[in-house]
Amino acid sequence: MVTTKKKLKISVDHNLEERTIKRIEVNAEVSGKKPTGKINFAELRAGGFIKQRQKDKFTVRLKCPGGSLTLDRLKTIVAATEKFGGGQLHLSTRQSMEILHVDYHNFGPLVDMLKESGQDVASCGPRVRVPNACGGCEYNPNGITDTQKMAEVVDKKFFGLRTPHKFKVSFSGCPHDCIHGTSADLGFIGGVWPVWEETSCTGCTICASACAEGAIESHPESGKPIFKAEKCLYCDDCVRACPTNSWTAGKTGHSLRVGGHHGRHPVNSAMVARFLTDEEAEAAIGATIAWYQKAGEGKGRIRLGNLLMQEGQMESYREALADAIGPEKLVEGIERPHKITIGR
Amino acid sequence: MAEVVADKFIDIASEVCPMSFVLTKLALDELEDGQVLELVCQGGDPVRNISIQLKDEGHMIVSVKKEPDGNFRLKVRKSG
Repeated sequence: MVTTKKKLKISVDHNLEERTIKRIEVNAEVSGKKPTGKINFAELRAGGFIKQRQKDKFTVRLKCPGGSLTLDRLKTIVAATEKFGGGQLHLSTRQSMEILHVDYHNFGPLVDMLKESGQDVASCGPRVRVPNACGGCEYNPNGITDTQKMAEVVDKKFFGLRTPHKFKVSFSGCPHDCIHGTSADLGFIGGVWPVWEETSCTGCTICASACAEGAIESHPESGKPIFKAEKCLYCDDCVRACPTNSWTAGKTGHSLRVGGHHGRHPVNSAMVARFLTDEEAEAAIGATIAWYQKAGEGKGRIRLGNLLMQEGQMESYREALADAIGPEKLVEGIERPHKITIGR
Repeated sequence: MAEVVADKFIDIASEVCPMSFVLTKLALDELEDGQVLELVCQGGDPVRNISIQLKDEGHMIVSVKKEPDGNFRLKVRKSG
């Protein structure tokens, strides 16, 4: 038993780790506690059960993709917290709801109760995590892409897949990037390529005033726009503010940033592709996970960004991405994730 | 083109969001469909937000003039 435990601690291959854990007898010790025999170890490994400071108490993290929750699920969460928790909920830093102070003996009945309303427990560890998203285009005035729909896609198709280290996907509906695509393993950011049509333009100059990037100047006499494409952030403000609809959306889609993460050694992600359709975004996620699984093999717990900083890896990743979404969607020039310097 | 005659005027150049939009909405409430509100607001963020919000709600901006002080004078035809 002692040797098994030792192996578990030094193992860097989580697939092996997981298989080993499933074989542990039910009466084995975990963290020095005697389980009741009702605990599903596979579920415990995959799920968001986080040990608290308090004796026997865990925080149970619930899955809320895109930070959305139906009232049915919320009511069940409240009832389950009254029964098994400590009368307090916490909103996690990544949009999930957490039930605090759950005695680990109650994991089984708590999970069953939550499942009745379709509420699942989130994940932790080296796998695809619950996706984050802003309000998106449904009701947010700045939203360009349907981020909530994309969060559901990730949740259904990719959630829980094994990866070398944690893998976080986020969707921002516009370049404000409120959901921090710069510090996600995969960050999608909605954008519009604006196209101007001269005959309907009255030269009112609202577009130049609306553009926060200085990408539109007004002609001194006609008032008509002079577009400086290199400054454009694809935010759609000119299109939406134009009274005569002379500016329209030429291309709409997701920009893709890759390899960011926060933590002790934060890394800023790199821009790799622009104006992806929802389908292409989905293909890009699948291709990224597959590439990460393969390229990260035997390298231990390595985040995607740290892997991509190694020589030749970004080139290899871009090839895999081009195969999935077409080379024309990739941005020109190789940008790499880079470390953010922070004070001690 | 003949100048559009306004049925009501508000100056919201000293207001910030969300009051600028609330005052615009309240002024539009006093008008009938098809009537015109004239308003003066600051350039930059205010004129961008007001234009976007008015368009989102289906009203039509029928005239835009930039004032010498950088403010914008909009005429908005109420719709719905």
